[in-house]
Amino acid sequence: MTEVTMTVNGKSVRRAVRGNELLVEFLREQLRLTGTHVGCDTSQCGACCVHVNGELVKACSMFAAEAEGAEVTTIEGVANADGSLNVIQQAFQDHHGLQCGFCTPGMVMSAASLLKENPKPTEAEVRHWLQGNICRCTGYHNIVKAIMAASGQDVATVAAE
Amino acid sequence: MYAFEIERPTSVAEAVTALGTEEAQPLGGGQTLIPTLKQRLAMPSKLVALTAIADMKYVRRDGDTLAIGGGTTHGTVAKEAATHFPGLAGLAARIGDPAVRNRGTIGGSIANNDPSACYPSAALACGATIVTNTREIAADDYFQGMFMTALEEGEIVTEVRFPIPEKSAYMKFEQIASRFPLVGVFVAKYADRVGVGVTGASNDGVFRWSEAEEALAGDFSADAVAGLTAPDASDMISDLHGTGAYRAHLIGVMTKRGVAAAS
Ligand SMILES: Cc1cc2nc3c(=O)[nH]c(=O)nc-3n(C[C@H](O)[C@H](O)[C@H](O)COP(=O)(O)OP(=O)(O)OC[C@H]3O[C@@H](n4cnc5c(N)ncnc54)[C@H](O)[C@@H]3O)c2cc1C
Ligand code: FES
Ligand code: FES
Repeated sequence: MTEVTMTVNGKSVRRAVRGNELLVEFLREQLRLTGTHVGCDTSQCGACCVHVNGELVKACSMFAAEAEGAEVTTIEGVANADGSLNVIQQAFQDHHGLQCGFCTPGMVMSAASLLKENPKPTEAEVRHWLQGNICRCTGYHNIVKAIMAASGQDVATVAAE
Repeated sequence: MYAFEIERPTSVAEAVTALGTEEAQPLGGGQTLIPTLKQRLAMPSKLVALTAIADMKYVRRDGDTLAIGGGTTHGTVAKEAATHFPGLAGLAARIGDPAVRNRGTIGGSIANNDPSACYPSAALACGATIVTNTREIAADDYFQGMFMTALEEGEIVTEVRFPIPEKSAYMKFEQIASRFPLVGVFVAKYADRVGVGVTGASNDGVFRWSEAEEALAGDFSADAVAGLTAPDASDMISDLHGTGAYRAHLIGVMTKRGVAAAS
């Protein structure tokens, strides 16, 4: 076991971790932040996406010990200060961008990274960006709509064909 | 996963010492190694994480050479190589997805030498030099078949050095489930030669298509490739995603597209 210190959703935490403890296990099992999901064993589904030092990362594909000194943000840390849904979360609700909700935390974290880098993406850019986030339910159209809406763009023609 | 310890040295020298332990293994971005560990296909006693070594993360131009630190992520190469070497930046920008590109590194990709990895095709086509903590290895000597390289136990890829071509392009025909290349071709045009590196296709791993290199050296046009016979289908990977003949055919198609798109 080694001691690791990191900031998670603005709070400093210090815990002992195993060498083979994944960041996602640390978040879910030690900190009980179960909003970050695990959907695969192959680093492909993106349900576990979080931000580490502002960058999108699959928390199932990084060890907790590697987050020493890092700023980590999970889905639990993205709502507005008054507890209301942030603009991306609200857009997912408004545009029915989720069904079972399993992929949703990863989708929201991934969308936030996209909009930080590219505030007004085209529909094709949104779809390309989401390559690492798999959804079994929605068929993606409403997720793409929600992200376009969150970027302040008109979504009447998104996935119209 | 089996149990192991993890260390995070901050210099190459410390990493080399840490790798001196029996069954110790380097950890780059973990985007290949971590899924492998989850399947219990590897059993290291210790992982030596290279991510805290600042000296291994850079994209640096020195005249006609682009030197990339072994710990540099695909995402960083996509951004920082764009003005110097757009063909390579384009290759990096299409590896995996944004989260994979934020962790996965060029050193890890080159060390792993997956028969479908993207970077090895560029390294071969360009005649890159693989720099380790002990020596410099020419790409032609470095890649030795599927998952096989010239690296010794505990040797670390610290830099990959590319001669910058006049024009280049990477054409990736995606296998639609994994999004790795079913066939990927890197075309690099220099003043005195042309390099064509092919990944995803051969049972022997990444290779140079020398017939196309010769034809293109005299006439850098898609027509020059059109007259060539495709590489031998019986040497190609055949699986449920594509037969050997299909892959052999794709090599020609992707090479032509690469020549047409090179910039
Ligand atoms: C969903 C997904 C999609 C992907 N798609 C693609 C794709 O389209 N094309 C593609 O090319 N790749 C793809 N990859 C693989 C990705 O590029 C990996 O990042 C890369 O192959 C390995 O790099 P890494 O830094 O993650 O290495 P790791 O996974 O950490 O290590 C891989 C191997 O290399 C060794 N190693 C790591 N760094 C070094 C070093 N500096 N020196 C010596 N040995 C080292 C390790 O010991 C290990 O054996 C994908 C991966 C995922 C998860
Ligand atoms: S759990 Fe599937 S990518 Fe992390
Ligand atoms: S809403 Fe069910 S997996 Fe996406």
